[in-house]
Amino acid sequence: MPDKHLSSQFDADLNNISSHVMALGGLVESQIRQAVYALSQFSLEVADDVLVTENKVNSAEVEIDREIASIIGRRQPTARDLRLLMAMSKTTANLERVGDEAAKIARMVKSIVESNAPRSLPSSDLRVSAEMASGLLRKALDSFARLDIPMAVSILREDNDIDQEFDGFVRKLITYMMEDPRTISASLDLLFIAKAIERIGDHAKNIAEFVIYIVKGEDVRHTPLADVESSMG
Amino acid sequence: MSEIKTAPKNAIEVRDLNFFYGKFQGLRNVTMDIAERKVTAFIGPSGCGKSTLLRTLNRMYSLYPGQRAEGEINFYGQNILDPKQDLNLLRARIGMVFQKPTPFPMTIYDNIAFGVRLYETLSKSEMDERVEWALTKAALWSEVKDKLGQNGLSLSGGQQQRLCIARSVAVKPSVLLLDEPTSALDPISTGKVEELVHELKADYTIAIVTHNMQQAARCSDYTAYMYLGELVEFGETEQIFFKPNKTATEDYITGRFG
Repeated sequence: MPDKHLSSQFDADLNNISSHVMALGGLVESQIRQAVYALSQFSLEVADDVLVTENKVNSAEVEIDREIASIIGRRQPTARDLRLLMAMSKTTANLERVGDEAAKIARMVKSIVESNAPRSLPSSDLRVSAEMASGLLRKALDSFARLDIPMAVSILREDNDIDQEFDGFVRKLITYMMEDPRTISASLDLLFIAKAIERIGDHAKNIAEFVIYIVKGEDVRHTPLADVESSMG
Repeated sequence: MSEIKTAPKNAIEVRDLNFFYGKFQGLRNVTMDIAERKVTAFIGPSGCGKSTLLRTLNRMYSLYPGQRAEGEINFYGQNILDPKQDLNLLRARIGMVFQKPTPFPMTIYDNIAFGVRLYETLSKSEMDERVEWALTKAALWSEVKDKLGQNGLSLSGGQQQRLCIARSVAVKPSVLLLDEPTSALDPISTGKVEELVHELKADYTIAIVTHNMQQAARCSDYTAYMYLGELVEFGETEQIFFKPNKTATEDYITGRFG
């Protein structure tokens, strides 16, 4: 379809919102990177940076939703435009939640550092899964920007890998805790971090589902992966 | 979303309809069903044939020499394009309201009673009842009940249009054709007419031509998108405005038509 509306202002408004969503995505990605760095270096300073960024993320979410409400009120968008706006609003909410998870990781890092807990635990495993999750989020934002369906479907698949990684990590933590009950407190902190990372993967997956919603008009949020794969070809 | 729907009964079935204004072909192979007691909206750019199609449905075009329709329009099974069709009877069963309000230059009461007298012989009290009933149906009764003797032209534009709807309803048609009924009205009057459409569909089959896509989205059950005399896409309004099947439809309803 022609990309341009009769109203160039409508195009400009849509592009504007879209670029704000992407900018928010970039902000949240950097937040995850900071959180992972804080985790690997046990750095209080960087953990604090993550928490500062969270305020920016929150106000970006509010601003994007205001812009979306305004364009709906003024333009009464339909069909693909309507789906795009719905998806942008929901994507924004998911990105903000990713920011919350990054902040959660930062708080856990601070709690681990401040409690002087033993650091012999397998925190490096978390770095690997955190990188998987942030890579998946980047890919989700790419597929959103390009409205790339095959990429979106592959994200749904990869989120399952992150979930499996999480299950494996939980089993590993349990063996540490059984071996030495003094590690229980620190293990629980790591467990919360692992859960936060697993949630980031889920949010990336949600964003990929919105890409399918925009392009195909199908809501696949509660559709088994195999069915999505076969219907998207 | 997945409620079980029984297929609605059709009031009108249009089959392979072609329409000509002299040599110019205004409609090309239009085939569609107009469901009973539902609102069917026709949208499309100027000159796409939506008003032409509406005017074939009660053979309004027969007033003009040189205009002809080919194909079938079955109204409850009877082909109204049949030359033997009684046009007065047809137009009593399929009423029409136009873009500009067209009240007769007579009293509000007589505006309603005029058409009724053509088809029925009613006593004074029966006629009073019918006038009140029609004006009530058209949501106009409370505004005019104390001035039924006033000239219909003294009403506001929005009231005049509702008077025209009351006039159509008064002869108890089964189908109402509305040709851009609100394009000359302010938003409040438009809202009243749309509310009226919603209420009237309990008893009548309604086909509405509108330039206002949001109006089609707001008040119709089915929407037909027409372009250059062809029916491009026809479906449930929710589907047409959320996920049209044809790119051409999507371009038009999202304002990408150029």
